[in-house]
Amino acid sequence: MPISRADVEHVARLARLALTDEELDRFQAQLSVILEEADKIRRLPTEGVPPTAHPLPRVNVWRDDTPGPCLTREEALSTAPEIEQDRFKVPRIIEEAP
Amino acid sequence: MSLAAPGPGSLADLTGHELAERFASGTATAVQATEAALERIAATDERLHAFLIVTGDQALEAAGAVDAARERGERLGPLAGVPLALKDVLVTKGVRTTAGSRILDEFVPPYDATVVRRLRDSGVVILGKTNMDEFAMGSSTENSGFETTRNPWDTTRVPGGSSGGSAAAVAAGQAPLGIGTDTGGSIRQPAALCGIVGVKPTYGLVSRYGLIAFASSLDQVGPLTRDVRDAADLLEAICGHDPMDSTSIPDAPTDLTSRLTDGVDGLRVGVVKELFLEGAEPGVLARVREGLERLERLGARLEDCSLPSFEYALSAYYLIAPAECSSNLARYDGVRWGLRAKDSADVVEMMQRTRQTGFGAEVKRRVMLGTYALSAGYYDAYYGQAQKVRTLVRRELDAAYERFDLLVGPTAPTVAFPIGEKADDPLAMYLNDVFTIPVNLAGNAAISVPAGLSEGLPVGLQLIAPALGEATMFRAAWAFEQDLGLPTRPTVPEEVRP
Repeated sequence: MPISRADVEHVARLARLALTDEELDRFQAQLSVILEEADKIRRLPTEGVPPTAHPLPRVNVWRDDTPGPCLTREEALSTAPEIEQDRFKVPRIIEEAP
Repeated sequence: MSLAAPGPGSLADLTGHELAERFASGTATAVQATEAALERIAATDERLHAFLIVTGDQALEAAGAVDAARERGERLGPLAGVPLALKDVLVTKGVRTTAGSRILDEFVPPYDATVVRRLRDSGVVILGKTNMDEFAMGSSTENSGFETTRNPWDTTRVPGGSSGGSAAAVAAGQAPLGIGTDTGGSIRQPAALCGIVGVKPTYGLVSRYGLIAFASSLDQVGPLTRDVRDAADLLEAICGHDPMDSTSIPDAPTDLTSRLTDGVDGLRVGVVKELFLEGAEPGVLARVREGLERLERLGARLEDCSLPSFEYALSAYYLIAPAECSSNLARYDGVRWGLRAKDSADVVEMMQRTRQTGFGAEVKRRVMLGTYALSAGYYDAYYGQAQKVRTLVRRELDAAYERFDLLVGPTAPTVAFPIGEKADDPLAMYLNDVFTIPVNLAGNAAISVPAGLSEGLPVGLQLIAPALGEATMFRAAWAFEQDLGLPTRPTVPEEVRP
């Protein structure tokens, strides 16, 4: 199934990628080719076949709720591009009122 | 100093277990072996670009500690003092870890991955971090954000990928041991293309704690070595339950080596028809067919089998892996680690510009593909259907293992290809993984062993085991390797040989 330019732009927004026009063109062409190849699995009859999300049949792995060794606050923040008052700092999230 | 000198007789040319014998007999030390490896790296890596970072001082310190422990008469593991090349996708405390991505250019992790901790506890000497396709997405190491690794057999060709740095390092004698990760073939394919041994362990056998995630239901850490014994020893050192990984198997067998030399007599081996169809090179198929005859001569009982779903595995994989990648890579948003685009008006713009700057073309392509496959209206048609194909692959494999102990086929459809040949054709690049992907979808184990040369370049034979069938897999691979008798000496060509 060919993918439209509008679809590519929509997906780029969802994926938080500020793609250039040239990239949008290229990805439109390449994703169309890849999806066309992927389309062959849609021809395979799979009625009544359950999906496999994971190779191991494990559910709900529990452990006792006892604290163990963990990173200090300083260590956890050490990799951040910007911190302030022991917190990760980010640019403005909420728009100013008009 | 003569022992550490490059060329024949250098400690850099020995396997891990050969080094261990020298250490035990007192004819070499871990420091000498580490010096020999560092010298080989210094002499060859300007051409090969296998390493992103070499931590020579730390390596020599670790080697010195092993020698001192041996001096004191402490009991040491079989790999104590043996040097290792670590794929840069496993986090190392205090040592920059990039996963081959510019978005993690300055990331210095505050902890060690469980595999790294187990290696250190075993006395393995980590030489540095090796190059890879960005976030392990690729089959040639050309997708690295930093440099392209060269194949030691022919430096105009790729080493395979995504664990191409570790594979090239092991093949070139820069390290006897390497660690890679395999999501769709990223250990086995570079092993095949570099003429060494590579293992994708059973999903859950090796902890993924501290492994930078690509596709969490497929990723697995494993060894790259010059012979089968080293691969078995190295996997034994890193495997085992880890409470920090909820997908780690609690009661998996941890003895992978005691029956290594028992041979293949009576083993039932299925020859998978679908692995001989998809346009593999004639030279590759010739070596693999000779390999089948060899296994038969050694006493294995070979029989053809058919797993029709394998034909759909590649397509299913290229929906499932990108889907998981698109959600795993959402964390690279410029907030908690790595790159951040400066001077953005708001947080969304910061995230978009950070990801646009930090990710390379293949990573963006897969994030886009995965986001699309998971998006409203397409989920059932693509991701949901791919998961059902995954069930069919598992069922067919389960049925096959009622008749067979192992399955066999080629590892990769081609020998190492020229750098640049497939760089602009994603679909052609994805086809490199066509024979390795079904194993990742089903979660079982497989090994690639050298099977000879085609046009002067290495070919790999793939032995596919049921889940937790590693011991039998190593047994067959060892028997095959011993009978074939290829040299395990490194393959540094004249042009890069010091």
